[in-house]
Amino acid sequence: MLIVENISLMVEDFSLNNINLSIEKGDYFVLLGLSGVGKSLLLETIAGLRTPSEGNIFLRGKLLNSIPIQNRQISIVYQDLVLFPHLNVYENIAYPLKAMHAGDIEEKVIAAATQTGIADKMERMPASLSGGEAQRAALARSIAAGSDIFLLDEPLSSIDLKSKNELRILLRNLNRSGITIVHVTHDYEEAISLATKIGIMENGKLVHVDTTEEIFEHPKSEFVAHFIGIKNFLRGRITKQTDSDLKIFVSEKIEIFCLSELDEGNVFLMIDPKEISISNTVLEGSIRNHFKGRIKDIAPARLGLVVTVDIGVDFAVHVSKDAFYSLGMNVGKDVWINFKASSCKVYN
Amino acid sequence: MNTVSLNRTPLNLVFAFLGGALLLFIIAPIAGLYLNAPLSSWTETVADKSVQDSIWLSLWTSMAGTLLFSLLAIPLAYILARKKFRFKSLINGLIDVPIIIPHSAAGIAVLGVISRDSVLGQAADLVGLKLVGNPSGIILAMAFVSIPFLINAARDGFCAVPERLEKIALSLGASPVRVFFTISLPLASRSIVSGLIMMWARGMSEFGAVVIVAYNPQTAPVMIFERFTSFGLKYSLPAAAIFVAVSLLIFIILRVISKK
Repeated sequence: MLIVENISLMVEDFSLNNINLSIEKGDYFVLLGLSGVGKSLLLETIAGLRTPSEGNIFLRGKLLNSIPIQNRQISIVYQDLVLFPHLNVYENIAYPLKAMHAGDIEEKVIAAATQTGIADKMERMPASLSGGEAQRAALARSIAAGSDIFLLDEPLSSIDLKSKNELRILLRNLNRSGITIVHVTHDYEEAISLATKIGIMENGKLVHVDTTEEIFEHPKSEFVAHFIGIKNFLRGRITKQTDSDLKIFVSEKIEIFCLSELDEGNVFLMIDPKEISISNTVLEGSIRNHFKGRIKDIAPARLGLVVTVDIGVDFAVHVSKDAFYSLGMNVGKDVWINFKASSCKVYN
Repeated sequence: MNTVSLNRTPLNLVFAFLGGALLLFIIAPIAGLYLNAPLSSWTETVADKSVQDSIWLSLWTSMAGTLLFSLLAIPLAYILARKKFRFKSLINGLIDVPIIIPHSAAGIAVLGVISRDSVLGQAADLVGLKLVGNPSGIILAMAFVSIPFLINAARDGFCAVPERLEKIALSLGASPVRVFFTISLPLASRSIVSGLIMMWARGMSEFGAVVIVAYNPQTAPVMIFERFTSFGLKYSLPAAAIFVAVSLLIFIILRVISKK
């Protein structure tokens, strides 16, 4: 339904680079990323409000550039300033219908407002609405516009928790009714709760697109890893050795032995804090990875403690309180951390 | 806990005194107009046909210039607010030129463009329109010196309209023309109306440029000047007082209406 092909765009000192994306009819696609990574820029480019310097966007099989914005049937809903402030709720919802010289305007406005649960506030001015009510009115307006793709830019960010949950239900229902939704957010819980597909954005690039399950079970970016509480997440390059089945993972500041089916290339490496041990001296045995470092922080966990050890990069290590006290750990103390090559999870 | 009353700090007292002195500087001369003009002369001046004509001429020519040039100024203000292009800051600077040059020089400049020897003057002649010594010339002179007030206010008004709202309107199926008239213009209207009032008021009070383009028919400022130079202060005072009263009254009414 919507194909984004090699889109690049430069805005002041920020750029979107080679974005490729395919969204099927009925998808609930969430673009997930931190603030300032280019999510909204991509959304506006899809809406046709910005012209890419390279690449094409195809909408319903047609090149987007060939369709005037007002005929694209894509409507965009932002986080705030969602309604026209000088028009009341009724006039806001009726706006696209009047623009398209539609018939039965009143009937259509009431139907759209009823669908989003804002029909009892038709006379209200936007300034008197709560964030959730304004979003409902904006969604009703998009429905009235007859759009079958909604582009939502952080639509739930500035509203209270109760309204947020109700709006999530509304968004799911709209999606089930056949509306394709592209939703930009920095909130991974929102993504899990709503998305059928997720695209992860970092620094103007779409780094990973997959189903929600795959994204969170096998994270391929630091961003997702941090979100779901995975610590000890490193980016680097893996190389094989001629005389060993162990591979060497090389990042900027550290080299780690690991067991992996991958031979060469750029990878992500993760080590569960529970798989790492701390000792006052190097541990002899089958363990391949030993690093000397200094304790930087100690934080209580649900069970035991999480000790952060600086070995050039910060490593989180999960230890019991018993071990903590028996080893006499404290902030600033020099210790060794040890973990097996088989404890390293490597993804390309 | 004791709190310091900000109202009575020495700084505020000094500022209040300085501000009060300034207000007095504005109010005193205007009040003087009314206090020094004998009441008997008022009725006589109000009934004077030439006074009525010149005040009316000032009012309508300034209004006509404001409305006519707003058709050009508002689109320009929108472009300046929304678009990025080369020499934009140069154009922004150029707009303020009529404010900074002496208004007699502005009058001479306008006269150069509309005189019978000029292309515009000759073109106007062809269609039977006289520009010099005519209300049309007065309109042009007034508009020349007062147009910056409208352009600047309208540009600031359009800048304050979030571009996002225009984008939403476009995505909802409205054409760019419709977006301008239903979103941008209404949301910038307060600034635009304020600019229109300022342009009208400034144009109406213009003397320097107008007197060079058209000594006759006489606008109110020219008529007041002539009475002053020919008959002295005593005769010019009532005319000045009446013109100021009419101007202030309309100015206040328009301000009140525009704020509603």
